[in-house]
Amino acid sequence: MSETVAITLKINGQKHAVSVEPRRTLVDVIRDDCGKTGTHIGCEHGVCGACTIIVDGEPMRSCLMFAVQADGCDIRTVEGLAKDGKLNPVQRAFMDNHGLQCGFCTPGFLMLATCTLERDPHIADEDLMEVISSNICRCTGYQGIVKAVRQAAAEMRGEAQEDRK
Amino acid sequence: MKPAAFVYHAPRTLDAALALLAEVAPDDGRILAGGQSLVPAMAFRLARPTHLVDINGVAGLDRLAVDGDALSVGALVRHAAFHKADPAHGVLGRLLADVVHNIAHYPIRTRGTMCGSLAHSDPASEWCLTVATLGGEMVARTAKGARRIAAADYFQSIMTTALEADELLAEVRLPMLSEDTKFGFYEFNRRAGDFAIGAALVAYRIVNGKIAEARVGLGGIEGTPRRSAEAEAALNGQAPTAEAFKAAAQAASGNVDPIEDAQTPADYRRELAGTVVFRALERAAT
Repeated sequence: MSETVAITLKINGQKHAVSVEPRRTLVDVIRDDCGKTGTHIGCEHGVCGACTIIVDGEPMRSCLMFAVQADGCDIRTVEGLAKDGKLNPVQRAFMDNHGLQCGFCTPGFLMLATCTLERDPHIADEDLMEVISSNICRCTGYQGIVKAVRQAAAEMRGEAQEDRK
Repeated sequence: MKPAAFVYHAPRTLDAALALLAEVAPDDGRILAGGQSLVPAMAFRLARPTHLVDINGVAGLDRLAVDGDALSVGALVRHAAFHKADPAHGVLGRLLADVVHNIAHYPIRTRGTMCGSLAHSDPASEWCLTVATLGGEMVARTAKGARRIAAADYFQSIMTTALEADELLAEVRLPMLSEDTKFGFYEFNRRAGDFAIGAALVAYRIVNGKIAEARVGLGGIEGTPRRSAEAEAALNGQAPTAEAFKAAAQAASGNVDPIEDAQTPADYRRELAGTVVFRALERAAT
């Protein structure tokens, strides 16, 4: 084992002081050292998007960043989306529209969509679809995800929602 | 799928980064910028650098500005900086905005850098094709000084460039384009965001109804991107018609030495070279 480096990861507002080898990826440290296992590891080489989180306001594939690089950064993971027991609009829309089945890719999609829509809920549909094409889902065939993200976008724009039963 | 051990350095100034690189380069030390190619290579253990000099905290390397007759792109300018064409960058800005959407996926583009793509030099890289086609210039820095490398001298073979181990690609300079430049880009792959199996970038002007200063670049076809002199010769002096484009496509296709992989034999890429050139020319004309 090589020498470890002391860093502090700020995850969903909570500070985690950890000592890590530089070779450890951010996702591994978030899961194994900080105990936040909501972020999933899929391909480990930046192709599937399952490990997408938000670092300093940008979507990040956390398997392609070393934890030492995130020292002091503002990190958001899926655990931070719901507030006071209430799901955020993207999470709710995924439930409403069958945006998930097995749920493995879901944290990555939620963080990618949340990051994109928080920045610009008026994003053109074509651009939104380009963003959503970044991640892989093997269950849903994507249509439920697309519907969910569009619904969340409308809600975050403040447009009236149909009653959900 | 876990990277091998390395020593991590996070300098804050360019001088400190270059001094560190000079020290660790003989020991297989490398620069880490966006990491969107290097980190996967490390996960597969295709790359096992002993030291990484992380330049993400180095001030001043994110400069993106028109500098004389060139657009200067610093080592930390992310792909996403080109998502929306900056009017100040003219036709070049529109060309870069057209090309950038073909690079991997959105979260890769907010992190990866143009200079990083050029240093990595994958045969299928859109930015490598752009620099080769437009005749960009690489500014390589060491602790001792800087040198400029022309695109024609820079790309040497698959993932091999003229950069020395102790050189940081601090900046790439892309020539500004005259306002009447027409351009077209076409990339073929089987899924959005995948590596290009073949791509073409073309640019030309129309003078008295005829094509002039034609540039036809091919990427993903050979080990390095390059201009096709034969295709350019077939275009210059011709009216921009489907016949001229077809002739250029044939000239490009007939003069390539394609790379092969398990899914794609050389003959396939040879034919594809003509197809992507034709489609890029069609886009330029519309």
